[in-house]
Amino acid sequence: MEVQKTALYNCHKDLGAKFVSFAGYEMPIQYKDGIVKEHISTRSYAGFFDVSHMGQFFLEGDETLADALEKIIPADLKSLKLNHSKYSFLLNNEGGIIDDLIITKTSKGFCIILNAACKENDVKQIEKFLNKDHKYFLNNDLSLIALQGPKAVEILEKLVPGVSDLKFMTGDNFKFDNENLYITRSGYTGEDGFEISIPNNKVEKLISFLKENKVNAVGLGARDTLRLEAGLCLYGHDLNEKINPIEANLKWAIAKRRREEGGFNGWDVIKKLIENGSEKKRVGILPEGRVIAREHTKIFSESGEEIGLITSGTFGPSVNAPVAMGYINIKYAEIGTKIQLEVRGKKYGGKVSELPFFKKSYVK
Amino acid sequence: MSEKKFSKKHEWVSLDGETATVGITKHATEMLGDIVFVEVPDAGKTVEKEGQAAVVESTKAASDVYSPISGEITEGNKAIADDPGSVNTDPEGASWFFKLKIKDKGEYDSLMSKDEYDKFCKENPS
Repeated sequence: MEVQKTALYNCHKDLGAKFVSFAGYEMPIQYKDGIVKEHISTRSYAGFFDVSHMGQFFLEGDETLADALEKIIPADLKSLKLNHSKYSFLLNNEGGIIDDLIITKTSKGFCIILNAACKENDVKQIEKFLNKDHKYFLNNDLSLIALQGPKAVEILEKLVPGVSDLKFMTGDNFKFDNENLYITRSGYTGEDGFEISIPNNKVEKLISFLKENKVNAVGLGARDTLRLEAGLCLYGHDLNEKINPIEANLKWAIAKRRREEGGFNGWDVIKKLIENGSEKKRVGILPEGRVIAREHTKIFSESGEEIGLITSGTFGPSVNAPVAMGYINIKYAEIGTKIQLEVRGKKYGGKVSELPFFKKSYVK
Repeated sequence: MSEKKFSKKHEWVSLDGETATVGITKHATEMLGDIVFVEVPDAGKTVEKEGQAAVVESTKAASDVYSPISGEITEGNKAIADDPGSVNTDPEGASWFFKLKIKDKGEYDSLMSKDEYDKFCKENPS
């Protein structure tokens, strides 16, 4: 398959981006300033991220649409209010996570933001539950820009008056340059901010405005360090089809009504896990000193028993220390438990930590 | 102190009598990005030419640092282990990685000069 580019490809080039191939797209991993500066400037001011490779999947239909989607998504879609969003996932029959997503109730139905690497398969999985009265399409004419950081609201309000009224995990339609924008107050960095869905032919204009307001471009590298400090999962690393939401410590994302009533893929498995607990659990891990425990690092108990595996690990620029998350035997999952990490054949100390590593600042 | 010589794996070496000082090049630090972890060898360790001697990690990935020359380590630079970011600031000066007592000056002579190394980097962009 030919490598795809987002509408901002040339803009990234002009900004000095280093590109990597990611989920079939040529995406900026970092720009001139590098990952640490991009990370810090997002937390102290604001940064913009081109996340147009993610799927913007629109569904339209009558009240049967929510019923259909609830078969594969364990959120309470029937009572989701207009312009409200939920973090959720697509589940398979074993209760494994096919993808994690953000779903928003729109006037005609729903919009789902899907991971780039999963989006084609996600549509096939969702399709199975839809009928001829439901319309659906992945909209490739739209870009998606995340604007994140403490100054995001002040800056975007100047361009799009009214966005400051949005609360975290809600959205609305706004006008910009005679075009409709759908903006949600959300993101994946642990900062206040917005995700802006904008026609491809207007996105450069939005970026020019952000640059004039000294908002830095931020690549996938800093996106990863930001989301890991915020304790958020990266699909394909911390989550996959063999991992269920209970192990992933994401029970909170299964709506209360759905936990009681079931009626979604993998419910029988998940019901048992809720009752009996899981064998392993996703936890935060803080290595001692400066050693970085990256993905696939083995976790051992103090007595030397292998008890888990790191699924994401890096150096957290705001924490100013290495941070990681991984899956650990439930017996060792309690916060503060001392563990050992095997890095390059040597064992280093560490402990099970609370998530997030960096305190979130969402506007509720 | 002799002129700096360079390896294809982006290390530099300078020689003072029988003692060589080894670090990574500015070009290497630009490829790595922000350096956040460094592990240097302890004195007394023997290293072979092109053998793994130290570790450097950036926000992106971990990389081995090889010794371009064989010998016995006399000192690892603890200062860069405590402040890995300093490798980005002064890679070819204060932020050297280790010193070693060399066995064979011929290994040093066979490394690239500054001009040869610059040409090598241009021809082998990563």
